Amino acid sequence: MKFSILGARVIDPVSGLDQVTDIHLAAGKILALGAAPADFSPTETIDAAGLIAAPGLVDLNVSLREPGYSRKGNIASETRAAAAGGVTSLCCPPRTKPVLDTSAVAELILDRAREAGHSKVFPIGALSKGLEGEQLAELIALRDAGCVAFTNGMVNFRSNRTLCRALEYAATFDLTVIFNSQDHDLAEGGLAHDGPTAAFLGLPGIPETAETVALARDLLLVEQSGVRAHFTQLTSARGVALIAQAQARGLPVTADVALYQLILTDEALTGFSSLYHVQPPLRTRADRDALRDAVKSGVVQAISSHHQPHERDAKLAPFGATEPGISSVELLLPLAMTLVEDGLLDLPTLLSRLSSGPAEALRLPAGRLIAGSPADVVLFDPAASTVAGEKWLSKGENCPFLGHCLPSAVKYTFVDGRVSYNG
Amino acid sequence: MTPLDAKRPLQLNHQGQLQHFLSLDGLPRELLTEILDTADSFLEVGARAVKKVPLLRGKTVCNVFFENSTRTRTTFELAAQRLSADVITLNVSTSSTSKGETLFDTLRNLEAMAADMFVVRHGDSGAAHFIAEHVSPQVAIINGGDGRHAHPTQGMLDMLTIRRHKGNFENLSVAIVGDILHSRVARSNMIALKALGCPDIRVVAPKTLLPVGVEQYGVKVYTDLTEGLKDVDVVIMLRLQRERMSGGLLPSEGEFYRLFGLTTARLAGAKPDAIVMHPGPINRGVEIESAVADGPHSVILNQVTYGIAVRMAVLSMAMSGQTAQRQFEQEIAQ
Repeated sequence: MKFSILGARVIDPVSGLDQVTDIHLAAGKILALGAAPADFSPTETIDAAGLIAAPGLVDLNVSLREPGYSRKGNIASETRAAAAGGVTSLCCPPRTKPVLDTSAVAELILDRAREAGHSKVFPIGALSKGLEGEQLAELIALRDAGCVAFTNGMVNFRSNRTLCRALEYAATFDLTVIFNSQDHDLAEGGLAHDGPTAAFLGLPGIPETAETVALARDLLLVEQSGVRAHFTQLTSARGVALIAQAQARGLPVTADVALYQLILTDEALTGFSSLYHVQPPLRTRADRDALRDAVKSGVVQAISSHHQPHERDAKLAPFGATEPGISSVELLLPLAMTLVEDGLLDLPTLLSRLSSGPAEALRLPAGRLIAGSPADVVLFDPAASTVAGEKWLSKGENCPFLGHCLPSAVKYTFVDGRVSYNG
Repeated sequence: MTPLDAKRPLQLNHQGQLQHFLSLDGLPRELLTEILDTADSFLEVGARAVKKVPLLRGKTVCNVFFENSTRTRTTFELAAQRLSADVITLNVSTSSTSKGETLFDTLRNLEAMAADMFVVRHGDSGAAHFIAEHVSPQVAIINGGDGRHAHPTQGMLDMLTIRRHKGNFENLSVAIVGDILHSRVARSNMIALKALGCPDIRVVAPKTLLPVGVEQYGVKVYTDLTEGLKDVDVVIMLRLQRERMSGGLLPSEGEFYRLFGLTTARLAGAKPDAIVMHPGPINRGVEIESAVADGPHSVILNQVTYGIAVRMAVLSMAMSGQTAQRQFEQEIAQ
């Protein structure tokens, strides 16, 4: 299929391109911007007047739940949901059953993703076997099977010495390690940010220091080992301040936040709705504002959905007995557009944090809208709106934004030059 | 963006009457006073030779206790019986299956037996809210204690105790002493005292046993018991669980008693007519000296008696509010 997308406002955040022009797609690539080559005849022409064309979104954390948790979601359902949210490339974390610590699991995920044919999938491998934090996983075998980075998730290593060696080993081969910094001891038993809201509700708290203590240690170990590092799912003002300090002294670390952390605060827990049960927890207004500032300034390069679909029963219990997580990848673009609507970010900056920022953090072949790059494009209508949940593709309905009217609507998501979603 | 299911008065019906009793948070002073007045009238019933009134005749009250309890469970049973209800009590162990499933399925089953009211005690904060919202909205839910969050009938019986001994709340100094952090009783008491207009609410505890931001309840924090008790009218002691000694919250029971235990000598700093309360069961020699617990200032056993009357008040009010709501909804449907 060859496409000509005519008259869209084309934004490529990296080059600073922001103009009304045409895009031509052929053979899975962006053939040209502006005038088409003389011999080009598109199979389909899309009149995109009034629409915005941007690089397809890159989401660094989407739990696909396969293999092992098919009651919550599967590769086909969740990549399809992602495409509906404008996502063309996504990374899936290694918390599967079995854990993504062997190349067989990576290959299974990649095969099923290819078969499904929606968003492209880049698996993140387990840093330690079984995510148990004791023995290194076979990182090179995993890399060769397609893993783009490695993480131990929120599971702490049993000892700092083992962690340190894992980082040195990863550094040897220039692998990227993703840190989900949270000190297990300080967070133990906690359900919500350790602040007035949790205290009032009688929910055991997770102090901010659970993040900052682990983050400070991880940054020092990154500095010493020289490993390529990305910090994911930051939640606190002091946490982003630590990242900013490290960057200021020249440490090339990158970071992301969950989109819902830029919107919600721990005050949402009043009423005990388990839809707001997330890990790490929602924090205060001041924390949320600091996260927004960090996204704006570029200390945080990436906004991710941290999509965690669940079956109904997982949320149908008293708060503390429910499983944490929000299903929201299919709202990634419209939900993120609330930040532009509220005047917190300009559109090119937002699109950069959703595409080139995350792509560069993990060195993914994505995030650009220029001739020669993969034909991963999202085409959306900024004047339209999306009623969240009006149609719903994810298997997980655990989304607190259902029913909200969100700005903009995804019209087309192209993945490698194919129409992956048409809204 | 405001969450869609933001705070709403789940426990009130369309006329602002109780239809569940989940927490004292958000209840207006008039409603709390109405509970106390109703309880006062039931205290007279308790003093009569025939102690029953027919307010809940034909209704079925299920006590579902996921946590152990003697006093609360028994007084709820007595309260329901004195209102002429049929009473079933279940002690549900949480050890075998996952808590959520047990809770959900147990209550659905009880609902199928045409229960009209559940009295629930559960170890998870928010359990009563969850049941009222997602499991059995057609059944009146009474919170018999949920995690660290709330124990509203205990809160109201404490208020009844104070009102009967002190008359009103407007000029009182009340000190709540001990493990505030883990205490649902303390949380309910702080909310009730504030709502009823008590001008001087104090909490006395070491920092390890105080919740973050406890000042939000409108209380003053003391870390010294002598200062905290100075000239108070009411002392509410809290139970200290043995397991608090692990994990660094406290060094030992002995050291806690030395610093925060209520002794005759310490009580001497309070007003001469001060009353001493405790939700029970008491740990003699850990948070309170026997001479104080059994002494002239103690109203600990009166609290138990008042507990029955308060629970009768809450059960009858919630049942009538729930019935009114059902009728209202039927009329709307027609």
